Amino acid sequence: MSRTWKIFWAVVIGVPVVAFIAWALWDNTRLFAVTFLNGLTLGSLYFIVAAGFTLVFGLMRNVNLAHGSLYLLGGYLGFFVAQWTGWFTLALAAGFAAAALAGLLMQVTIFRFMQGQDLRQTMVTIALSIVIADLLMWGIGAQVHQLEPPAWLNGPLRGIPVINAYSSYRLALLPIGIAIGVALWLFLNRTRVGMMIRAGVDDRGMLAASGVNVNLVFAITFAIGAGLAGFGGVIGAVELSMVPGEDIRMLLASLVVVIVGGMGSVVGAAIGATILGLAETYGLAYAPTYSVVFTFVILVLVLAFRPRGILGRPA
Amino acid sequence: MSAADWRKAMNSGSGRAAMRVQGPVAVLPQEISFQFKNPLAARHVLVLLLVLTFPLFASPFFVYQIGAQSLALGLIALSLTFLGGYGGMVSLAQMTVAGIAGYLVAILGTSAVMEISMKWPWWVAVPFALAGATAAAAFIGWLSVRTEGIYTIMITLAMGVAFYYLCLQNYSIFNGFQGFQQVYAPSVAGINFREAEPFYYLALFWSLAGYFFIKYLLRTPFGIALQGIRDNPRRMNALGFNVTAHRVAAYAVAGAMAGVGGVLFTWYNNLVTPGSVGTSWMINVLVIAVLGGMRHPIGAFLGAIVFVLLQTFAIDMIDRERFNLVIGVVFLAIVLFSPDGLLGWWAGLKVKLTPRGGVR
Repeated sequence: MSRTWKIFWAVVIGVPVVAFIAWALWDNTRLFAVTFLNGLTLGSLYFIVAAGFTLVFGLMRNVNLAHGSLYLLGGYLGFFVAQWTGWFTLALAAGFAAAALAGLLMQVTIFRFMQGQDLRQTMVTIALSIVIADLLMWGIGAQVHQLEPPAWLNGPLRGIPVINAYSSYRLALLPIGIAIGVALWLFLNRTRVGMMIRAGVDDRGMLAASGVNVNLVFAITFAIGAGLAGFGGVIGAVELSMVPGEDIRMLLASLVVVIVGGMGSVVGAAIGATILGLAETYGLAYAPTYSVVFTFVILVLVLAFRPRGILGRPA
Repeated sequence: MSAADWRKAMNSGSGRAAMRVQGPVAVLPQEISFQFKNPLAARHVLVLLLVLTFPLFASPFFVYQIGAQSLALGLIALSLTFLGGYGGMVSLAQMTVAGIAGYLVAILGTSAVMEISMKWPWWVAVPFALAGATAAAAFIGWLSVRTEGIYTIMITLAMGVAFYYLCLQNYSIFNGFQGFQQVYAPSVAGINFREAEPFYYLALFWSLAGYFFIKYLLRTPFGIALQGIRDNPRRMNALGFNVTAHRVAAYAVAGAMAGVGGVLFTWYNNLVTPGSVGTSWMINVLVIAVLGGMRHPIGAFLGAIVFVLLQTFAIDMIDRERFNLVIGVVFLAIVLFSPDGLLGWWAGLKVKLTPRGGVR
């Protein structure tokens, strides 16, 4: 794209956005600021879930469309653990462990035998997501399960300029998301296993030839990716609530995030999740019946100009 | 997938070589010779007679609930078979396209929602609905062909789910959660297409038309180029074919067909709601196409019959609420053990039963 076109599109997209921000700030500063925080915290949840999706896809080219089901599984288990023990931290750990275990099981029993057949993997995971969703509905029922935030995060945080009060749990999601992002980045870029994973992304055959147990690396990555979905599930059980259908919503969010951000890139997932979270909450706040349209427009724009996503590399 | 493909996939170093969607392995030459050598085999006559006389010996329940529903769903699945099996692009948005046609018929035509429906006569509303579905499909295609292979399925899924949420949230055009009730098939020249038999024949006519159109299209230069693009897009590009244009055109053709199926399915249900374009139906279309097998256009209808029979009778045996579990397990079994669906299973059985393992 030539320089002129770049400027043209920057103006076409940028001017309405800037105009909207100016109008919204002038119209109702508090609403704008609260929506901004809501968007960021929702984006943080999206990032946690989508990071697992993109990790699995980036290394193994495994499209795990049962990712939403893992989210639901982790969320439900976290809910029950928190109810029995009263410990939120334990619920988080249980959600992570349950989803990681389920993911590991999927990798060992199914994906390992279908390496390279993406279409079949996709269909198997679709079938699995139908089965898991229905089993969960059978066992747990269709009613809404909402988890209480832990006592030390319950209630609003007061005294913030402009906004006055904001849910401290939601605000805490922001550092949690950032911490997970940084930890994931450090893990991938600074540890030995992370190095192997990155090598596997680039050239799986060469990695195997250099004596690395590729299957083990795959299993670890899959477990971490799936575990992040379960971890996100417990967080989402407080922020959103657990109910059949949430799996599809999270799957859609993960798909859009990785399509917008670029497959297999953790930083891309962070960018995509922020954009999606902001777009969704601003849409809901300012144009409730058309909020999905904004998500869709973003998807269209990104695909039209960067088909591989904002940070995507040619596959 | 053949053993050679397996080996190739297992050995491919980076996994990038295996990014291509695997369609049916070049069935074309045999199919042409088969078609011309033996245009009307006994089984074709038998099947045709069976479907034409079906209402004479079956009860109205069977004619409408099983027959007509299978045909309407089969037509939508056929559009996916064409796209996925012969174009190499597995789109999950075919039900979305069908739903767009259904919604347009309800919005432009008549329905219970007086404030929104524009009450155009059916012969204006239906062509507009089909044109709208085709345009929407071309748009979906234009977006998704920018990416390849497995990305297609994700992008079409994302767009389909986005449309579902739009229908669910929007009340001014799509009437939100309730959707449109009382969307009836019209009466033409004294024939009331709401009745079981006329509707069955209507669905049969369009299914046969769609089936033979696809059979014809696959042997035209366009169809052959499309299959070439499925097998090796780079080579076709080097040969001077416009890969993107062919793919978008394939989406448009499939969209028109899904649109016809969608209008029929809407008339069959007498309603269109967000539920009819939700993920479960989007996936059901894929289930139908895969269940029957994407090797041949007939697979779509075969899959639809099995699906509808399961939907109608299997739930009585287990639990009415557990239909998704049944269909999920059947789907899982099919993709795990017979990736080419019932047709592939049948072909494998034939090879096993033939003494010297004859090939076709």
